[in-house]
Amino acid sequence: MLDSAKEGDVATRVTSDTSHEALGLGTEDLLSLYRTIVAARLCDEAAFRLNRQGKAPFVVPVSGHEGCQVGTAWALQRGRDIWLPYYRDVAVVLTAGMTPKDIFLGLFAKADDPSSAGRQMPSHWGSRRLNIISHSSPIGTQIPHAAGIAYAVKYRNEDAVVAYWFGEGATSEGDWHEGLNFSGIHKLPVVWVCENNQYAISVTQKKQMAVQDVADRAAGYGFPGVVVDGNDVLACYGAMRTAVERARAGEGPTLIEAKTYRFQPHTSDDDDRSYRSREEVEEAKHHDPLLRFGTYLKERGVLDDARIESVDAEVKAEIDLAIDEAWNAPDPDPSTLMRFLFAES
Amino acid sequence: MSEKNVVTAIHDTLHEEMAADERIVVIGEDVGARGGVFRITQGFLDEFGERRVIDAPLAESGIVGVAIGMALHGLVPVAEIEFADFIHPAFDQLVSEAARMRYRSNDDFGLPMVVRCPWGGGVHGALYHSQSIEAFYGHVPGLKVVVPATPADAAGLLRSAIRDPDPVLFLEHKKTYRLISGEVPDEPFTVPIGEADVKREGSDLTVVAYGLMLHLCLEAAQRLADEHGISAEVVDVRTIAPLDKETILASVRRTGKAMVVYEDNRTYGAGAEIVATIAEEAMFDLDGPLVRIGGPDVPAMGFAASLEHEFMPDADLIFDRMLELARF
Repeated sequence: MLDSAKEGDVATRVTSDTSHEALGLGTEDLLSLYRTIVAARLCDEAAFRLNRQGKAPFVVPVSGHEGCQVGTAWALQRGRDIWLPYYRDVAVVLTAGMTPKDIFLGLFAKADDPSSAGRQMPSHWGSRRLNIISHSSPIGTQIPHAAGIAYAVKYRNEDAVVAYWFGEGATSEGDWHEGLNFSGIHKLPVVWVCENNQYAISVTQKKQMAVQDVADRAAGYGFPGVVVDGNDVLACYGAMRTAVERARAGEGPTLIEAKTYRFQPHTSDDDDRSYRSREEVEEAKHHDPLLRFGTYLKERGVLDDARIESVDAEVKAEIDLAIDEAWNAPDPDPSTLMRFLFAES
Repeated sequence: MSEKNVVTAIHDTLHEEMAADERIVVIGEDVGARGGVFRITQGFLDEFGERRVIDAPLAESGIVGVAIGMALHGLVPVAEIEFADFIHPAFDQLVSEAARMRYRSNDDFGLPMVVRCPWGGGVHGALYHSQSIEAFYGHVPGLKVVVPATPADAAGLLRSAIRDPDPVLFLEHKKTYRLISGEVPDEPFTVPIGEADVKREGSDLTVVAYGLMLHLCLEAAQRLADEHGISAEVVDVRTIAPLDKETILASVRRTGKAMVVYEDNRTYGAGAEIVATIAEEAMFDLDGPLVRIGGPDVPAMGFAASLEHEFMPDADLIFDRMLELARF
């Protein structure tokens, strides 16, 4: 749990009971949450391995972020709500319904890659079927899209909630301000989720902003900002669930800031040794959301070591199969290069 | 048929489309209570309400970005950028997002949306209320860019733009708004995007233009016929992207002489692409030099009348160059 709110803080901090009982989560929920986090972690490890083998030219790692991603994404409903992930959100899209095979089809840029059929870099998600909105590489440009989608949701009297995930670096972009401002003016059903890992590639938060908490910025847009420990899966779920309920009730947006850490370099092309010490990274790993959640589940009698091993083995087998299938899937046909610039009726 | 100016033609068409289709919303600065700075959306707020006529915060990237989001979820937004000169903050949204959405998602997502904006000079708009922007966006695959010059074309192209499944940048030359009037069909009709139009038939030379320059070319062509008996064909480009090469090339092949007139800075302007197209594909049909008239390469026109006049190609200049080419 985080510190209780200090005098003068603008953002609120999550201090309520975040035990799974208090949050209404049962054993099956906990096992699914755990399994999704493990899947994201193992996808990451496999992707880096494939990168080193020369089979995957570009990898965007997730390790360290899985807790806040799965925790927040879990509060949305497939088939009802709308997901706008950014490139680090492997665990968000797994929660939204993508499979490990989908992820590796994208990693290998195959024709059946559901996000872009091999047109975009890996980890640029999108699937109309799953309500995952296509995104680009520029940072923050999707923020006004999320606001516009939320406006359309409200306009059409739907009860969907829109959620957008981003890093703290995105909050420096003009589009971030423009999108949040619009969402506040119109009290839109949207949740803004900041995965604050303290680095935008190499630029530290201190050089990115003069405030300690991104969540403080919500006050400028007229809706609540909440700080949550991003390595605490259940705390993230609790904060998101409250925000989703608020959005669904027509009470407007919430900005959630999940404080977390990225264990790997920014991408497979980055070398983080140039901007952060190994000691710092190793220290951060003591707060690994996967280990922490596993410990919680063991303490609460939901899992034991044997069960953890069997879950890990099951997920690993699933991922190994996904990699084989994706690797053997067809490449995009070069003759499709000119297609779908515009609608083909 | 009704006689209308360009503003009224656009106003009436947008109004008719909104009345017929509840998915259509307008969003922009001053589009609500003020009815748009050029009165395109006058009366819309009272009739359609705040839900559909959205006075946006003063943030152009946000306006286009929010419109993209609306288009992603079942609405058909018609965004207004108050002046073309202010569209630059939305460049990223138009180029990285709107233009690429369908392509990057392999047809999974499309954006039925229109971005309208007044462009062009001749109204004492100086450096920041006179700019031409068509070349920036004509260069971008995935965007359709239209530049109607007459009330009927504005109405027909706007209806096509609103009904198009992909993003259309709809450029309205602000000097034509109240200067140019013409007959507009009363029944809903469309002008296809991507088709140029021969506005005046002729046999001695071809002049290709769009926007305000089209009208100056028509005026010069009339004088050329009256004073010298020379027959000039005037082709209205109407759509910058995708460019209707066939209509332009067919005319040039028929007359054997070609001149392209545009108001934008000459270098890398849309007219440069048209000239290049003619040079590539109709070189051996030409009986004279390819002539290009564009604005000078300075940052739009000065506020002083003398500076504005010096910048803008006028009918006299166009007339002289047409005569010279005809006599070549």
